[in-house]
Amino acid sequence: MALEAMTARARLEATLDAGTICELFEALCGGDPLSFPGYMSKLEAQREKTGMREALLCAQGEIDGMRAVVCVLDGGFFMGSMGYAVGEKVARCAEYAMAERLPLIIFSASGGARMQEGVVSLMQMAKTSAAIERFKNAGGLFISVLTHPTTGGVAASFASLGDIMLAEPDALIGFAGPRVIEQTIGQTLPEGFQRSEFQQEHGFVDQIVPREEMKKTLSQLLRLHGFGKSEVRA
Amino acid sequence: MIRETLSELERVEKRLTTAGEEERAHLLFEQAALMHRLENLTAEQKVLLARLPRRPKTMTYINALFTDFFEQRGDRQCREDRSIVGGIAMFHGQPVTVIGHRKGATIEENMACNFGMPGPEGYRKAMRIMHQAEKFGRPIITFIDTPGAYPGMEAEERGQGEAIARNLAEMSCLRVPVISIITGEGSSGGALAIGVADRILMLENAYYSVVTPEGCASILWKDAKKRGEACAALGLTAQDLYRLGIIDGIISEAVGGAQRDLPGLLDAVDSAIRDALAELMPLSGEELVQRRYEKYRGI
Repeated sequence: MALEAMTARARLEATLDAGTICELFEALCGGDPLSFPGYMSKLEAQREKTGMREALLCAQGEIDGMRAVVCVLDGGFFMGSMGYAVGEKVARCAEYAMAERLPLIIFSASGGARMQEGVVSLMQMAKTSAAIERFKNAGGLFISVLTHPTTGGVAASFASLGDIMLAEPDALIGFAGPRVIEQTIGQTLPEGFQRSEFQQEHGFVDQIVPREEMKKTLSQLLRLHGFGKSEVRA
Repeated sequence: MIRETLSELERVEKRLTTAGEEERAHLLFEQAALMHRLENLTAEQKVLLARLPRRPKTMTYINALFTDFFEQRGDRQCREDRSIVGGIAMFHGQPVTVIGHRKGATIEENMACNFGMPGPEGYRKAMRIMHQAEKFGRPIITFIDTPGAYPGMEAEERGQGEAIARNLAEMSCLRVPVISIITGEGSSGGALAIGVADRILMLENAYYSVVTPEGCASILWKDAKKRGEACAALGLTAQDLYRLGIIDGIISEAVGGAQRDLPGLLDAVDSAIRDALAELMPLSGEELVQRRYEKYRGI
């Protein structure tokens, strides 16, 4: 069983030290480039339901005293789907982290690209991947944390590009959804297919980290990349 | 409907070649009426044209527009994926790397290339030869025509998502010109994975979409038959994408589709590539990477 969904807000609070959370680009919203039938009212309903403006929450804060940029996709907002706003926030956070020389951590939970913004959503895959790559090439540390579920255009863009790839236990992770695969091959998928443990076994995840150990693991990784206070051995 | 109109038109045109004076006048009138029905197509009709089995394919362009094509096979890790074809070729005296989705015209041919639906190995092969193009300073031309990345078990086991993501990231940093032409179906991440480019061109009746229209219809309206509505809503035609500023140009097709005037089409594609190369070749690697970054950053 995948872990219970966690709101992006709760995830930020569980990851960053109390009192250090400073939200980034919170006012950023997308448009309705295609005037897609029903999109705006659906989006409004998602906003009312979650109290969020968009599916991605971004913040700067500290993990055990070490500064970091943390982004969290909320699977409860439009299935965590990526349209312009999500893509733009990821790109801005990568650029911000690059300018400030901060590590970037993104928790993903997404059904993929947001259909209602059409090719604009598709292009966010290219945009976020380009921004993350630029950040990484400049020496930035990008930790990607895959949570349940991470699929489609998010799995096929920034979420798969971590220098370090972490996953929560039993999260569904893959490009094509299980239903689509079952339709293609005409049989049911084996137990555990596309789950975190499967992804680790096939070489796509460094470690599966239980939720209660996530902050400790992130803290360890930041220290290992030199973000901790210099500790001189006596 | 559009297929019926097309075959009716072909029947009339065939008869025209042998018709006598009197019948001829009648047939010409019929031809004009049929041609008229093929103008101002709906998005759904364009999608059907983009999927016609007789539509010119990547190999049509490679064989006609390039000389000395040397195919490069394999991802150097585990497999040769025939749904993507790529290699080195000459284009008007300029060595280039050319890559495209491979579709067949018959069921047999399509089985051999998995209907143009690549697995991760196809994308990794494409990236391998793109890096080689960069090493030798060759511009890259990609032809996009796929119903999507293959949604199969093995593809998932071998990291379909990772392979696409890596291509998007690495193509954004290529220090040589990249020109992409969507010639038929441009479906989702499976198309984009060889389409991060400095110039994106589209054939008049090609489509480029975040999801297949059928997929969109079944997700949104729980009814794959509402394809027409999905096609209209998704803004997937060349004209829509040009308006949105996502593509840089549209290559005209004959009335009734690209297959109706191959020489004219090849001429148009040839000059579109030449124009794009003329603009891009003088730019340095840094300029190309910076401009490409800004291009996508602005979407």
